[in-house]
Amino acid sequence: MAAVAQETPTQTRTDDAVVRIQGLQAHYGARQVLHDIELTVAPGEIMVIMGGSGSGKSTLLRHLVGLMRPTAGSVELLGVDITRAPALEMQRLRRRIGVAFQGGALFSSMNVLDNIMLPLREHTQLDRQTMEIMARLKLEVVNLAGAEDLMPAELSGGMVKRAAVARAIVMDPALLFFDEPSAGLDPAVSSALDDLILKLREAMNMSIVVVTHELESAFKIADRITVLDQGRILTVDDVAGIRRSDNARIQNLLNRRAENAEVDAETYLRRLTGEAAPAGDPQAAGTKQDAGAV
Amino acid sequence: MSEAVREVNGNLVVSLTGEIDLDRAPEARRLLLDCVKRSKDVLVDLSAVTYIDSSGIASLVEALQWAKQRGTDLCLVAVSPQALRVFELARLDKVFAIHPDLDAALAGEN
Ligand SMILES: Nc1ncnc2c1ncn2[C@@H]1O[C@H](COP(=O)(O)OP(=O)(O)O)[C@@H](O)[C@H]1O
Ligand SMILES: [Mg+2]
Repeated sequence: MAAVAQETPTQTRTDDAVVRIQGLQAHYGARQVLHDIELTVAPGEIMVIMGGSGSGKSTLLRHLVGLMRPTAGSVELLGVDITRAPALEMQRLRRRIGVAFQGGALFSSMNVLDNIMLPLREHTQLDRQTMEIMARLKLEVVNLAGAEDLMPAELSGGMVKRAAVARAIVMDPALLFFDEPSAGLDPAVSSALDDLILKLREAMNMSIVVVTHELESAFKIADRITVLDQGRILTVDDVAGIRRSDNARIQNLLNRRAENAEVDAETYLRRLTGEAAPAGDPQAAGTKQDAGAV
Repeated sequence: MSEAVREVNGNLVVSLTGEIDLDRAPEARRLLLDCVKRSKDVLVDLSAVTYIDSSGIASLVEALQWAKQRGTDLCLVAVSPQALRVFELARLDKVFAIHPDLDAALAGEN
């Protein structure tokens, strides 16, 4: 089933789409930042949303997970129009959707296990023991076994991301959203996260939407790539199609990626001071399993 | 699901059916733990399971742990390819004895 997207990667399948955006317009106040967005994601597909800084990636993702309502248009997830669905239907839908946001967004007052169990407590009436085992299983999957009693402040950047992934997948979502999975991570750690994303699709047939500005990561994981430019969809194509595109703006995005790359302060400082990557991340040094293959 | 348990050669064979998801896992859990409490070896037949999610798998893990504590066995029969991929993702294929069918499982028991 994971092969669905391989059959005809550039063809839009609308019959059984897990994500279907139609005619979406988005504004901040009077300013329009997304124009005429049309997007579908097929079951088992990994769709990467790319674009330069300020192109509207995060805004689009906020609409996809229901944090923002469009000024016009519709957003359907797993057949439910989240701009119109009644509360009960939304509640059922939320059990089938996982969100791993930039920065991880773990609760600093809870240990890792409790953080991962949170969606289960919120959305199910499962026995405590079942919830704990489910959370521990997901720690195994993201290669964080043994970290259950740690507090978020004790985790390295890569571990925070993986804990956030464990929480996002704790209910086996059919649909998973990722915001900038590799932002601020060194290459080995972000490559391990890419492998994890591929593994989740393979083993659980999840449909996954990833927002990233990392070209290398996008090319590694994507079935199709949606390129945003100034709030509009420039193109939707598979990796080969993007690579050979002669569209000047896409070429620009590919070639200027180093200049365009958003970089977090820590990574930039590391680069300026010539510090070795893992050592700049005190928690990642030595003892904790960070760069290991997931 | 009570008719789903039968005794074969001194073992309890539990047949789970359909989708074992967040809604049905508690029922499967109770059934499994009740079987384990009878202090016989338990074979969990998954051949009629069309889908099993992590809550169902967690229930199997808990039942296995209970069985080990009582000194009995719990093994899985006819795990679907879908479920097997999820088992492998969490390395559970190293934890459970998994048999292709009931005959193989019963042969393995004796
Ligand atoms: N909360 C906000 N209020 C007003 N404008 C915003 C807000 N967030 C983003 N924008 C603007 O919307 C546009 C798209 O931003 P964003 O979706 O964050 O892009 P990206 O994630 O691709 O960098 C940018 O021009 C940005 O300045
Ligand atoms: Mg952004």
